[in-house]
Amino acid sequence: MSSVPEEMEVSVWRGAGTSGRFEDFRVPAQENQTILDVVSWIQQHSDPTLSYRYACRVGMCGSCAMMVNGVPRWTCRTHVKVALKAGKISIAPLRNLPVIKDLVTDMDPFFDKWVAAEGVHHPTRSRDDEIERIDPEDSARLEANKGIECINCSVCYAACDTVAGNADYLGPAALLRAWTLYNDAKDAGKLNILEAVSGEGGCHNCHSQGSCSQYCPNGLNPMAAIAGLKRASAIAFLKGRK
Amino acid sequence: MIRPHRSHPLWYAFILHRISGLVLALFLPLHFYTLALALTDPERLDGFFRWTDLFIVKVAEVGLVFLLAVHMLGGVRLMAMEWLPWSDNQKTLAASAGAAALLISGLFFLRAI
Amino acid sequence: MLTLRLYMLQRITALLMAPMVLGHLAVMIYAVQGGLSAAEILGRTQGSIVWLLFYGGFVGAVSVHAAIGLRVIVHEILGLKGKLLDAFTWVIGAGLLVLGGRAVMAVTMS
Repeated sequence: MSSVPEEMEVSVWRGAGTSGRFEDFRVPAQENQTILDVVSWIQQHSDPTLSYRYACRVGMCGSCAMMVNGVPRWTCRTHVKVALKAGKISIAPLRNLPVIKDLVTDMDPFFDKWVAAEGVHHPTRSRDDEIERIDPEDSARLEANKGIECINCSVCYAACDTVAGNADYLGPAALLRAWTLYNDAKDAGKLNILEAVSGEGGCHNCHSQGSCSQYCPNGLNPMAAIAGLKRASAIAFLKGRK
Repeated sequence: MIRPHRSHPLWYAFILHRISGLVLALFLPLHFYTLALALTDPERLDGFFRWTDLFIVKVAEVGLVFLLAVHMLGGVRLMAMEWLPWSDNQKTLAASAGAAALLISGLFFLRAI
Repeated sequence: MLTLRLYMLQRITALLMAPMVLGHLAVMIYAVQGGLSAAEILGRTQGSIVWLLFYGGFVGAVSVHAAIGLRVIVHEILGLKGKLLDAFTWVIGAGLLVLGGRAVMAVTMS
């Protein structure tokens, strides 16, 4: 870890759509400072035209995710000491998403794929039925629980090279959500889910690079979830053949 | 040179798997063509075999053996990850695959020289 | 890019080939000592139905496996897609099958 200098050189991506460039700012260093603090300082003291997103600033909402020195992170939970490289930091919008302006990306493709992976609840009961009892220790329930903390921050989506190279690929978050529903005893759409994740952009495109699990700020494991979907779809495939 | 988000072990395992597969796929037509010379031009085939006495060729062969071994072992790790119950030691398994491939190609090297 | 079908084909051929690769590596490690010569190798392999079946199966499996593997690379790196991508896959598969078939014949048939 480097000691914090008086001033930091911060390169921030400016632009809209596919055009843009890095702009440099000199930002005063503080003893306790996050990357989000740095971006906010720039907008408040140096350039009010800088656009960026944040909400909770305490690591709960995922809105502030950006590329920090080429790595996708929550900026409110990234201390500058972790990010500083020889007194410099680079901040860019999340990878693999269209850029609206500066550090703000269009999240639509991310959510479109979330829906396309059949990450929607398929009810087994109606309001007139008794509430289904779920055993919290059931292995499928435990498996589902591993994925339900996803807050759709898109860090995994930005980290994934398969997302970058394959426009149809649904991506780690959408597939993780599909896996949690697949393991949910209350969900009636298991076959729908398997079909949705077995198409051209489906789970079988995953190369298990593991960047998703490496960078998930919530410690989730989309790579394992996608392996689970592959397992389930392979079994269904083999059973269907017999 | 390697982009920052890629510098972790499982990504290296991925790129090694991809590059080894690519090199092997490019090597195969050469390999098949050369062996098929036994049908049409056995003298040329023997000529090719005499090249294998050169040390640099033996080194290249060791390289190919390594790539084949690491591609297969890495692939087996992936299939175990996908089709057997999840196990948390992927990094260790990936490293073991690499180590085993080095041992196999090392053994080949010792017998080749 | 892969669908379930292509994925299964690739994984199944991989499973078939894993022991074949071990066998091939063992043969290479055995054979490489003392230098390689056409006479030595062909002397053992020609006329052998076992080698024919082994390497014939190996060629069949690898033609499928490599074609699908290259398909993925060419899609992700070069952006090839649709009918062109399918054509590429078939050409690679067929090419390897033909070349490999010739090699197997050359080496195992006397």
